[in-house]
Parts: sequence; structure tokens; C-alpha cells
Amino acid sequence: MIAIIKYNAGNTASVANALEKFGYKYEITDDKEKILKANKVIFPGQGRAKPAMEDLKTKGLDKVMKQIKQPFLGICLGTQLLLPHSQEDNTKCFGIIKGEVKRFSDDEKIPQIGWNNLKLTQQNPLFDGIGDENYVYFVNSYYVETDDKNTLATYKYGNISAAGVIQKDNFYGTQFHPEKSGKIGLKILENFLKL
Amino acid sequence: MLTKRIIACMDIADGRVKKGTNFKNLHDAGDPVELGKLYSDNGIDELIFLDVMAIVENRNTLLELVSRVAKEINIPFAVGGGVKTIEDIRNLLNAGADKISIGSTSVTDPDFVNKATKEFGSQCIIISVDPKKEGGSWKIYINGGRERTNLDAIEFCKDMEQRGAGELLVNSLDRDGTNEGYDIKLLKAISEVTNLPIIASSGAGKKEDFLKVFKKTDISAALAASLFHYKKLEIKDLKKYLINNEINIRL
Repeated sequence: MIAIIKYNAGNTASVANALEKFGYKYEITDDKEKILKANKVIFPGQGRAKPAMEDLKTKGLDKVMKQIKQPFLGICLGTQLLLPHSQEDNTKCFGIIKGEVKRFSDDEKIPQIGWNNLKLTQQNPLFDGIGDENYVYFVNSYYVETDDKNTLATYKYGNISAAGVIQKDNFYGTQFHPEKSGKIGLKILENFLKL
Repeated sequence: MLTKRIIACMDIADGRVKKGTNFKNLHDAGDPVELGKLYSDNGIDELIFLDVMAIVENRNTLLELVSRVAKEINIPFAVGGGVKTIEDIRNLLNAGADKISIGSTSVTDPDFVNKATKEFGSQCIIISVDPKKEGGSWKIYINGGRERTNLDAIEFCKDMEQRGAGELLVNSLDRDGTNEGYDIKLLKAISEVTNLPIIASSGAGKKEDFLKVFKKTDISAALAASLFHYKKLEIKDLKKYLINNEINIRL
């Protein structure tokens, strides 16, 4: 069973649709036990950091996060919340992966909305069958800055090269939306589900 | 590098894709689920689904359609038409929409834009504007282009950015359905005053119109409807043409 974490900033329908396509059983849940018992955990995200963190705290899910030992995939905001801090509303986040979530420079159009090419910087099972420089779909005003060790892929927006895929131990995060990124995105999701 | 987007728009009425000229005389252009899947398979960058008769129709029809389309595609999917409440947005997102387009309500209740972006994030909210030229400026129209307001289109777009909107969908009542090309002057005027991504809409009649709008303005996306519905233009051919003309496009 795949647990999709249910909270106020999760756009779960598209992720659920993708899992259905692959024939995986899933449950959209905020139940601590179910999340900890799942084979995989997906943490989708769309929205703002502060209300998201507040909702997770209210549900007691902030403490559950760090206990998760199974493969975990954060998506978009779900990835940014893995960092210790976001400049968005000056929000304290989980701190599972070190670094900082920063706002794009006002020289660029904000938010970044659209298809951007992903530069793979490390080999990883997540990228099985995926070539370098494929286009994936991003929607973000803030970006993840972390060290090279935790960065699996990058993308460029304006003058900034930011982390597109991050990883530490069982925690993976994609800044883009794999569930919205056509065939390439589905392949990345499928690779995660096979981890 | 971020690519320019090509968007297919489906105007929905009675559960079917419709197209008319200047928002009138709607003709049938196909099944939304079939068309959505076809466009997605052919490499469209995004789909927009606008329920043009939302005010008089039963909303559940739309939700069910959104859900059926969302199951068939895995590219960005925006939905709009008659969105008035936070609950409307939540229902559409739960049905599988990624972004919500707000039209008339952004004019009649601008504070709703603040509330919606606070609740769902800027990236989720597209403001769709229907400007029409009057002398040297443009006025905002509402209710599917039927009703004129006194609002200046440029000022209105600035205000929407302040209120947290994430994207502007700029139609043109002067160009809609005419196939005479996008309204470059209007798009330039708006992009000069805002930092938001802009989707150009209304008027595309041939591939050169797309090239022109990307060369002459710094808009982020170009939208077309009937051109794709009636197969006057194949998405792949259009994209190849733009790439050959040095526009950064995803193939």
C-alpha cells in the first residue's frame, strides 16, 4: 500500500490518478499508523509553506515525518518542506535535508510555471531509463538550495541553478511535478514505486 | 531553461467542446475527454478547460468532466468558468484540476482573489481577463464578454498581481475567433507592468501568429482553441516550426 499524505496543501488527485494507471493500491490518509506501515509514502504539495506546516502540526504529522523509514517522495512544496527553513512566510520546516528554500529573484517572472529541462548530476535508480536534459513541469516561486551531495538533478531558472531532485537516505524530493510531466514524469514515479 | 508553452483551450458547454466567434454562435467541436487525451498525446504543454455556460449549467456536470479528463492526461490542467467560492476551487482541485482560472469573480469580488491565493497558493490561481479596446486603452468585460465595466485592463492586471494571482490569461474580445493574430499591443502593455507569467489568448490563426507573439513580447505561453479543434494546425508541426525559428519549446 502506498500512503499519500493528506493535508491542506496536497493536490492529491493527480498523484492518485497516476498510481491508478500503474495499478498500485494507495490510500490518501493522515493516519499516523497507516503512514508508518505503508510500503512507500508520497508527500504531494501545492500551496504555501506556513499554512501547510501548521496543518501538519495540528494533525501531529510533523513528528511522524522523521520516523518514516520507507522510501519517501516529496513533490514540489512537499520537497521544500524537507529543508530546515523556507523564506516563504519565514517558515520553520522539517530539516531532514540541509539547505534553504529561497525566493527566485524578482528579475524573473514569478512563479516559474512550465516545462524546464532537468540536468542529472548523479546516477540514481530514480532515473532508470531516463536520459539527461528531459523536460519536466515546474510550478514554483521558491527554490531549494542544498549541497551537491544531496542533489541528484538540477534545473536553471534565470541565473539560478537550483536543485530539481534531492535525496537523503530514504527521503527523495522532486521540485517539479512528476505526476504532471508526461511520460518522463510517469517513468520517474514508476521508478520510485519500484525502489 | 524554461520553455514557452503551447496551450490548448477547450470551451465547454453542455458537456461538449464548443467554439464560436466573439463568444457567440457556439459550434460543437468534439468530446472533451477524447480531445484532451489527443492533445496530451500530441505534445501539448497544458490544457485549459473553460466552462463558458457555467452560470446557467449544472456544476456537477463540470466536476465529473474534469475528473474524467484528469484521469486521461498527466500534463498540467487548468479549469475555469463560474468559479465564485473557495469551495468551488477545492471541488475542482479534488476532481483533478491543477490550476483554477477566475474570471468575472475577480472583477465583482476582487478580495476573493486574495482569499483564494492565500488558501491555495499563487501558483494555483490564474486570472482570466477579457479586455476590449476603447480609444487608446482597454476596458475589462465580464460575464463571457457580455458586460462592460469601467475598469482599465492594464490597471486591473497590476491589481491582480498585488492580490497574489499567479498567472494572467489575457483574452481579447477584439480578436477572439477572428484568426487575425494575437493582440500584440495589449500583451506588451500588460507584460510591461507585471512580473507574472502571461498566457496570450484570442486570435491565433496560423503558426506565424505564435512566432510573432513570442518574438515581439515576453509572454510565457500562447493559447489556441479552434485551430487545434478543427485540425487547422498540428501541435507537433507548430512546435517544430517554432523551434526552427529559435523559440525555446518542448518537443
